[in-house]
Amino acid sequence: MNMMSDMNSAHACLLQMTDEHFELEDYQSGVPRWCTGCGDNAILAAVQRLCRDENLRPEKTVFVSGIGCSSRFPHYMKTYGFHGIHGRALPVAEGVKMSRPDLTVFVNTGDGDCTSIGAAHWIHAIRYNMNLTVFLHDNQIYGLTKKQASPTSPIGTKSNTTPRGSYLEALNPLTVTLGVQNVSFVAQAADWIPEVLFDIVKAAYHHRGLSFVRIIQRCPEWLPKALDPWMHDPSKVQLLNHANGLQLSAGLSRVYKNQFEHDPSNIDRAREIASNTDIIPVGILYKNPAVPCYEDLRLSDKLRTPDLTRAGLNAELDKYTVWPQGAEQKVA
Amino acid sequence: MNQTTLQKSVKKPAKKAEAPAGRKAAVTLKEHIVEIISDSGEGAQKCGQSLGAIAAQMGNGIWTTEIIPAEIRPPARSVAGASGNRIRIGSGYITNGGDETDMVVAFNEQVLLGRVRAKELKPDCIILLEDMWRTHADPKIVASYVETHDKLVAAGYRVYEIPMERECRTMVADPRRGKNMYALGMLCYIYSLELKLAVDQIILAFGKKDQSVVDSNIMLLEAGHKWAAANLDFCYRIPATRATEPQIVVNGNTALALGVLSSGMEICAMYPITPATSASHYLSEVFEKVGGMVHQAEDEIAACAFAIGASYAGKCTVTITSGPGYSLKQEAIGLAVMGEIPLVVVNVQRGGPSTGQPTKMEQGDLMTAIFGSHGDAPKVVMAPGTIEECFYSVITARKIAETFNMVVVVLTDAGLATSQQPFPRPVFNETWMAPPIDQSAVPAGARPYDWDEDTGLARRFIPGQPGGMHTLTGLAHDRDSHVAYDAEINEQTLRFRSLKLAALQKTLKAPTVFGDAKGDLLMVGWGSTKGAIEEAVEMLRAEGKKVSSLHLQFLQPLAPGIKEILQGFKKVMTIESNWSDRPEDKIIDESNRRYSSMAILLRSRFLIDIDCFSEVKGQPIKPGTIRRVMLEKLNK
Repeated sequence: MNMMSDMNSAHACLLQMTDEHFELEDYQSGVPRWCTGCGDNAILAAVQRLCRDENLRPEKTVFVSGIGCSSRFPHYMKTYGFHGIHGRALPVAEGVKMSRPDLTVFVNTGDGDCTSIGAAHWIHAIRYNMNLTVFLHDNQIYGLTKKQASPTSPIGTKSNTTPRGSYLEALNPLTVTLGVQNVSFVAQAADWIPEVLFDIVKAAYHHRGLSFVRIIQRCPEWLPKALDPWMHDPSKVQLLNHANGLQLSAGLSRVYKNQFEHDPSNIDRAREIASNTDIIPVGILYKNPAVPCYEDLRLSDKLRTPDLTRAGLNAELDKYTVWPQGAEQKVA
Repeated sequence: MNQTTLQKSVKKPAKKAEAPAGRKAAVTLKEHIVEIISDSGEGAQKCGQSLGAIAAQMGNGIWTTEIIPAEIRPPARSVAGASGNRIRIGSGYITNGGDETDMVVAFNEQVLLGRVRAKELKPDCIILLEDMWRTHADPKIVASYVETHDKLVAAGYRVYEIPMERECRTMVADPRRGKNMYALGMLCYIYSLELKLAVDQIILAFGKKDQSVVDSNIMLLEAGHKWAAANLDFCYRIPATRATEPQIVVNGNTALALGVLSSGMEICAMYPITPATSASHYLSEVFEKVGGMVHQAEDEIAACAFAIGASYAGKCTVTITSGPGYSLKQEAIGLAVMGEIPLVVVNVQRGGPSTGQPTKMEQGDLMTAIFGSHGDAPKVVMAPGTIEECFYSVITARKIAETFNMVVVVLTDAGLATSQQPFPRPVFNETWMAPPIDQSAVPAGARPYDWDEDTGLARRFIPGQPGGMHTLTGLAHDRDSHVAYDAEINEQTLRFRSLKLAALQKTLKAPTVFGDAKGDLLMVGWGSTKGAIEEAVEMLRAEGKKVSSLHLQFLQPLAPGIKEILQGFKKVMTIESNWSDRPEDKIIDESNRRYSSMAILLRSRFLIDIDCFSEVKGQPIKPGTIRRVMLEKLNK
């Protein structure tokens, strides 16, 4: 009798899990405090839609961020979140994933957080290729600290630390990422093309490995007009399509006529495309599902029980033990 | 100490090696300190380790210290390039490396000079010196050897020239591989150690190699023993009491790693740094056997951030480093304190500041450990005082970290890391291990930080727990982990995080005094100085002095009951290996004298005029030094 009722409740539990659906509201936690018109709002919408479409359990989903406007993101998701320290989102996310490979882990980082203070971690995160989805919220400026040039600011950007214009050519996050060993997924999106933004977010989520998505976004507060040339002229955006990449809808194609068929498995071509800064490529530049994930190489399938630890400890202690004479050399 | 009278009775060495009939009567000693030193790569360390293990088997107390050159491959025959071991063998339990050396086996005169200049040898130290350099092809080397030899004899050292190279060459093609075993054989004779134990030790140490290697080493061992019996005019016996319990002989870093393994932690994140790395090396070998893993991160900050992410989402994790790495981790440690994430940080201290002296012992990071991160970031700081405590302290640290949701810093140092001492073999206890993480739904209405008004404690929600979703943040936050815009909230949470230290303090026992509860002088220490301080106290108590010592294991919070202990003594003094200004220096006076770290802590908390003595020479403070300092303080 008891066994039957146990089984029934186990089945009920399972059925409940598979039946459970989440709505967009289930992922919303509070009203975002970003500026009106901030591209972060578009990213939030796309990500919440992804969570709903993929039916991600809120308690099994973690957003890890650093510091910046981008990094306020986890606070607006009703999942677990880790709003950490500047530049260190990636190693924290790696630790989360290594400890709990069962969780779905996303990373929100900004152009300062990722490519300036966090640059070392960025390079190595690509090498580790852990199964994480990384969003680089790139608005080409330090927003939260009130308008300083970042590594991705175009040369000549006037900011509070560069009042006469920034001095250096902008760093290109795409070519850098594509240049690192083990790179497995690189895509670029634009916050003013929400349909493609969503498709990229979805493809990034589905890729097993480190999915690096650079999202070019507009900062309405500090650089309201910086992206006008690209936002107002669709021909300056080149959409990448491919059977193995994104398929673009007819409606989109009517507006964005500048399209290019690019096979994301071709890394050399991807690097060429990535070098374009005058025409912004949007789509999946590179995708390689065969690159091993660091956690798969490292995690053991041993059941971590006290018995296993006891046996392991005693085996090691045996190497260093000085036994009393005549003692039986065996320890429980 | 006690040996000087015994050594005077030993005859001067005969010029020619005449085989005396039968064995010299062994002189009984209470203890002896022997060094085996060579160029890097000649096996002196192996010889020393084997000797220590054999002595431990016999039942002697031992303490082994590594002599480490600063470079990976220093030039051969160089003063600074001495590599080897120093072993203190005793009848009773040995708790530290002791004072100066009684006997040295030196493979060349240059490395020997290094030890002489460092004043590490007793004035009438016995020197067993490899004599191959006397007949070397290079006349410069011959000249250097002869000059050094003669100077040492003139200085009063008892120099024996030993033909190790020559003898070994009759048995093996390459004496460089095996001379150390010959030396081991000699030492077994000198200390009347059972040769069978040495043979067993060789089989254990070289068992994995070809049988011919094992056989060759045994042959060299026996030859060395035979030569010493036939040619040396002295031999000793240090009575031993066979242990009745199994003991293990490991160094502090290995003990630490074994502690990590036993604690149920599953991840260790690190970055290579001397002298911490050997703990991670060992763990890298063995951790996976119990389902754990060692992650070498791209830098120290990444290692700490990785450990924090792993701890946040699962079981408490450890990161192991030394001083410079510890500096780098400060911001991340502050995040763990603010977010109340369990974390164990091990700092194997080295000479500082800055790059300092990577292979040398120092206790310079106490203040950094307590106050390093900006803002008020209370964390637990503890320091093992013995090799055995290195094992158990990690287990305790993990428990505290997970119970209180705090960062626990464990401070050891380069001395403990590389020294070996036998201690009772740990018996595995399931309660050492972390329980499986809670993934049950959080109770309705529970909040991410439900701080207890009196203790500041709160349960934490672990990712995966339904209903517990919240965003952890380093920003000031309220009970719902929402960013706090209200002025009051930050101060309230500072209060809670501070209360947790007091809550831990309430669970600690008062430390025990070594010696009487009242007296003229109390020495206070922390970390690796424990054995040497207690030995000095024992010496003075045997002379009728009313002295005691106190060794603190918890540095933040301090255990209760300390003030009462301090008040039982006329004078109190700390002894530490971190800098304090000397009162006798011209421009130093009470208005500007910088005190050493523990002295500052104790003075400020207990308002007692505690003095301090510092020696920062890169190696453990000797019991003889401590005794001298104590006598001076008593007589002031």
